[in-house]
Amino acid sequence: MDAAQALADLTEISSQIEAAVLFDAAGAVEGSTLADEAKAERLAEAASRLLERAGTVRSEDVAVMQVEAALAEGCVFVVRDGDRRIAATTVANPTVGLVFYDLKSCLRDSAGDGDEAEKPKRKRTTKSKDDDGEA
Amino acid sequence: MKRRLLAALGFATGVLAGSVVLRRRFGKRRDRVEVYFDDGGMVSYVDGSPEAAPLLDAARDALNAARSSQ
Repeated sequence: MDAAQALADLTEISSQIEAAVLFDAAGAVEGSTLADEAKAERLAEAASRLLERAGTVRSEDVAVMQVEAALAEGCVFVVRDGDRRIAATTVANPTVGLVFYDLKSCLRDSAGDGDEAEKPKRKRTTKSKDDDGEA
Repeated sequence: MKRRLLAALGFATGVLAGSVVLRRRFGKRRDRVEVYFDDGGMVSYVDGSPEAAPLLDAARDALNAARSSQ
């Protein structure tokens, strides 16, 4: 599956994700849900910076795998898998566990592992009012 | 005397419980960042801490980039 198809599946399956961008370690955009290329590049650049700064919070040599920033106006998620990364913005108070799951699936699918036929697909979900966003 | 003390204690407990409920329901949630590492560790920083500021700045830039009109 290519990046565009993986991103299309991501936004179809998760109503909480507003925008997502796939990019590499250098910040080069592989694909995005944003129509505007410049916006996608700015999102990838800011997400790279977030990941880079997150890597400095611990003194030990431990890699950052994922970051979640929860702001009043929305959330930012960044997930890393080797040299490939995916960043997404969501509505405020999303279901954190589901967003991470969907982003990891998208990252894996877009890498073209070839096992899409065996992987169970999650049905589209909407967040219930009782859900406080913790996972 | 004992009854009055119990009543005061009950009132104080009720006020405390009520304030906790109100703060949880209506209190402003602070911006925060959670970082997950490949050794299974996780750290969380809330807005106002020196570690959170650079991370939250980058996150705000990301959100603005995705939502900006141009």
